[in-house]
Amino acid sequence: MAVGVEARPAVAVGARRPADRFRTVVGVVSSVVPAVLVLIVLTLLQQALPAIKQFGLKFLIETDWNPVTDSFGALPAIFGTVSTSFLALAMALPVGVAVAVILAEPGHPNIRGIVGIGIELLAAIPSVVYGIWALYVLAPWSYEHLEVPVSDHATFIGWLGAPAVRSLFNAALVLAVMILPTLTAISRDVIKAVPRGLKENAVALGATWWETTWRVILPSARAGIFGATILALGRALGETIAVTMVIGNQYVIPHSIFQPAYTLSSVIANEFTEATGPIYPAALIELGLVLILVTLLVNIFALLLVHSASNEARLTA
Amino acid sequence: MNRNVRRHYVSRGWLGVMYALTALALIPLGLVLWFTVTKGLPSVVHPQFFFNVELPPCEPSCPAVSDAGVGHAIVGTLIMVGLASLMAIPIGILGGIYLAEYGVARWSNWVRLGSDVLVGTPSIAIGLFAYAFLVVPFHHFSAFSGSVALAVLMLPIVTRTTEGAVSLIPNGLRESGLALGLPRWRVSLQLVLPAAAPGVITGALLSVARAAGETAPLLFTAFGQHILKLNPNEAMQALPVTVFKYALLPYKSLQAQAWGAALVLIIMVLGINLISRYVLRRQIALAGQL
Repeated sequence: MAVGVEARPAVAVGARRPADRFRTVVGVVSSVVPAVLVLIVLTLLQQALPAIKQFGLKFLIETDWNPVTDSFGALPAIFGTVSTSFLALAMALPVGVAVAVILAEPGHPNIRGIVGIGIELLAAIPSVVYGIWALYVLAPWSYEHLEVPVSDHATFIGWLGAPAVRSLFNAALVLAVMILPTLTAISRDVIKAVPRGLKENAVALGATWWETTWRVILPSARAGIFGATILALGRALGETIAVTMVIGNQYVIPHSIFQPAYTLSSVIANEFTEATGPIYPAALIELGLVLILVTLLVNIFALLLVHSASNEARLTA
Repeated sequence: MNRNVRRHYVSRGWLGVMYALTALALIPLGLVLWFTVTKGLPSVVHPQFFFNVELPPCEPSCPAVSDAGVGHAIVGTLIMVGLASLMAIPIGILGGIYLAEYGVARWSNWVRLGSDVLVGTPSIAIGLFAYAFLVVPFHHFSAFSGSVALAVLMLPIVTRTTEGAVSLIPNGLRESGLALGLPRWRVSLQLVLPAAAPGVITGALLSVARAAGETAPLLFTAFGQHILKLNPNEAMQALPVTVFKYALLPYKSLQAQAWGAALVLIIMVLGINLISRYVLRRQIALAGQL
């Protein structure tokens, strides 16, 4: 009996050592993920170095893009990326929150099921399929039924004039469709995390469905919805192919949102394989570096918002 | 009373607005599917579309039935996504197990943050990275560099979905394994992982679907190819690249093929998604039994 009691700790100690080794192995394997992220940023930094040395911070404010004279400035591309993304966000936000409210609402399980599957499929469609659809269906339709009528009625507003089929506005339109699933999925989770008690209190006080939603649920989910919005912004900033196909690829800051423009990622997608010489490829990679640093910051900010929002919900629940 | 009636109708009105916006959100899905099917079907109905490779554009005197196809792109996509899966899925699963089993460790928060940020990293930047890392040193485009870019895209998806599936498994299973004297690694890999398998497979399938549809990371890594190539050390065509390049060319015959390729792509991607949904349902049933 005593022998058995003594033998047990010996087995347990022997069993613990390979367990620690397993922990080390999976821990090391898991660090591939952050390592790759750091490696991507460092690689782009190193590749962009010739351009960074040559242009310095002027790169960010110059508007010229001329491979013949080797003068490169990123401002039109930055403008295109930021304006398409914010325009897309403005269009997608009300729709995304509405869908999230419907999805988080108890009742009508059939409608919720169909809408949920639909939004997931929307997220699954490859960007290039959105691109070909936008190029041949959405952009011509939007030109005829949105851009031309609007600019005809708003001739006195300069930035709504001169409609074109391939335009900043149409790029934003397809982006809005593409970021909708991100916006919806996270907003739905945040709205669901709102403590039930809050809602029940509002209903018990006699608030209608809309008063409960607008004055109680949405305000308490505000931080999380904001996080979802910023996360969707990150997706919009980085989206390449669909935008490249409809934005018209003109390296200018357009005077109207119905005019062609360019984005950081589209310039890279279109020009990188043809770029030669010492500076041209480096300038393109510097565009990529600007893009990745901006999306990194935006994403980290958004993740912190979403996390703190869901933690808060957990604490108050 | 009058005021309350008004409040009731205002509430009903806003509910209607919310449903209308929800319907609006689903319209693009219907339109994308409708146009891809109707415009892609005429190309896809010919079997040679799946077996033949690219032909020079034949405008304006095209034969009634074109002999051109996207066989090389389908094979290319399968090879590259397959290679990327071989790299990303094992690493992702082990990383996910670490996050789920040792999730309280300080390091795991960095891994989580890293993978959440990596999911949102622009795919074109990942393409640039693969270019700098694997194309520049070898002086030629290669399918392998494309697969590495796709693997980087897939890795965080596999990691986080594995973590989610593994942490759903109740602790009782781990405790009974440990109580029987199994070492920790056997508990994780032979007891918990099989129980979480449907969820892990779902994550892997979703990442495959995502990789199969990506264009941007392949543009300057796998580059594209006019003929069938099987060697991963050479440039290779992929379906999304075919859609992107053909759609922007002014030839009607090539545009028709772009729609056909888009249809093949969408069937592949949505098919994988629906299968993963079915697998996930089994996971939920299984977790209920445990």
